[in-house]
Amino acid sequence: MITRLTFSTASRVLHQLRHDRRTIALIMLLPCLLLGIVAWMFADTPMVIDQFGPLLLGVFPMLVMFLITSVATLRERQSGTLERLMTTPIRRADFVLGYALAFALLATLQGLVLTAFAVWVCGMDARGDLWLIVGVAVLDAVLGCVLGLAASALATTEFQAVQMMPLFIFPQLLTGGLLMPRDQMPQVLEWFSRAMPLTYGMEALRDLAAGADLGDVQGAVGAICAFIVGALALAILTLRRRTP
Amino acid sequence: MRNNQGPAIVARGLRVVRGGRRGVVVIDGMDLEVPAGQLVGLLGPSGSGKTTLMRAVVGAQADVTGTLEVLGLPAGHPELRHRVGYVTQAPSVYGDLTIRENLRYFAHLMGAPETDVDRVLREVDLAPIGDRRVGVLSGGERSRASLAVALLGTPDLLVLDEPTVGLDPVLRRDLWLLFHRLAEQGTSLLVSSHVMDEATRCDRLVLMRAGRVLADETLPELLARTGAADAEGAFLALVEQEEAAA
Ligand SMILES: Nc1ncnc2c1ncn2[C@@H]1O[C@H](COP(=O)(O)OP(=O)(O)OP(=O)(O)O)[C@@H](O)[C@H]1O
Ligand SMILES: [Mg+2]
Repeated sequence: MITRLTFSTASRVLHQLRHDRRTIALIMLLPCLLLGIVAWMFADTPMVIDQFGPLLLGVFPMLVMFLITSVATLRERQSGTLERLMTTPIRRADFVLGYALAFALLATLQGLVLTAFAVWVCGMDARGDLWLIVGVAVLDAVLGCVLGLAASALATTEFQAVQMMPLFIFPQLLTGGLLMPRDQMPQVLEWFSRAMPLTYGMEALRDLAAGADLGDVQGAVGAICAFIVGALALAILTLRRRTP
Repeated sequence: MRNNQGPAIVARGLRVVRGGRRGVVVIDGMDLEVPAGQLVGLLGPSGSGKTTLMRAVVGAQADVTGTLEVLGLPAGHPELRHRVGYVTQAPSVYGDLTIRENLRYFAHLMGAPETDVDRVLREVDLAPIGDRRVGVLSGGERSRASLAVALLGTPDLLVLDEPTVGLDPVLRRDLWLLFHRLAEQGTSLLVSSHVMDEATRCDRLVLMRAGRVLADETLPELLARTGAADAEGAFLALVEQEEAAA
């Protein structure tokens, strides 16, 4: 599945980012800024950051990574480089997995930076295992990347691309169990919630914050992984060598 | 020598629709044979379907029906991806990478040796600025960077969509010399242009108009047939003949 050309592509994407320092800085610091604001708001009730911090560790990076990947692939489409790539021996899987790999690496760095910030600067003290929290948060960010890759196939203009996030992510955030526990939702919304990837990402982090261990969240983690694989497959299958 | 016995491109009853289901028929029933190892110019006015034909040849175009064979294989065949180089009309290289980084990436994809990077940089006269970011290049430099990518791995067929547009006379002459050198080494080239003067640089011409082939011969043959003094005059004469017949 993963070949030499996958790694060439991942390395090319990282090289492109290296020339764009400001984007890297934004990816690393923006989630910290948002988390910092929340921590500051609830400075008098540290319980809030202990309880919701892990959740935000997953959600903020996921939003950022979704946007970045969907814009990156749209740019590739519009600059004609994708058309050219598709006439070379690169496989469609190399392209998608190369992007996923590059951004997963970035997401991992981002997850570590953000967790360090949460613990050392915001004083987050979650009950569950911190490494497990980092792991799930990074998995959520990777989920954001691959959903962005899959969604970008549907967008043909910049205007459409920027609306993919409100379209794909916001409904999931609303029904993810943060605003209202799932069993109190209207039946149809509950079903929707159960079918959506983000629900599991948020559930696992909430449970970990409350002191769950790996055994308790392995179902949700399995679901996230399955959604990542599914979104990758979708992104690969919707990529076309021939365009109209 | 390369295995270039048959023609480089054969089209029979080729029909291409652009723009999907509610799109337009750009090419309708085209027959064409492009010989191998020659520099063939594809000339025609804007909108005549040059880019569309080239996209079909390299396998980037959907909704292509009829027969279209490239180097003896159906267009878009996986094996052709190693053997065909394509330069899109708008330069398609990564603006946030240097020229060299672009070339290194595409060399990996084509399975071309690392040494090819320096060779193609020299061939398009970009060696002194190879480490410059593509985003800051001038228009002509950028289109040469895009051309350099297509030269990687020495493909058997080069499909070049207006590679010399916007270049100064000296550079244009140098690139045409390069194309001839490649043809002498056995590469087949299909080069489009809407500047009729460039006809004199080609071994053979295909004149297109509104998705059809008006002429497919050498320049002297074309001039003799139409009695025109140059390619532009010949093109106009053929258009007038056609309109009179209709
Ligand atoms: N997606 C599309 N939908 C509808 N029509 C299209 C689409 N793409 C191209 N066309 C039409 O197809 C025709 C041929 O276009 P093509 O790009 O092949 O012309 P060309 O000969 O390369 O012109 P130029 O010299 O200006 O590059 C044009 O009339 C163009 O408007
Ligand atoms: Mg064109």
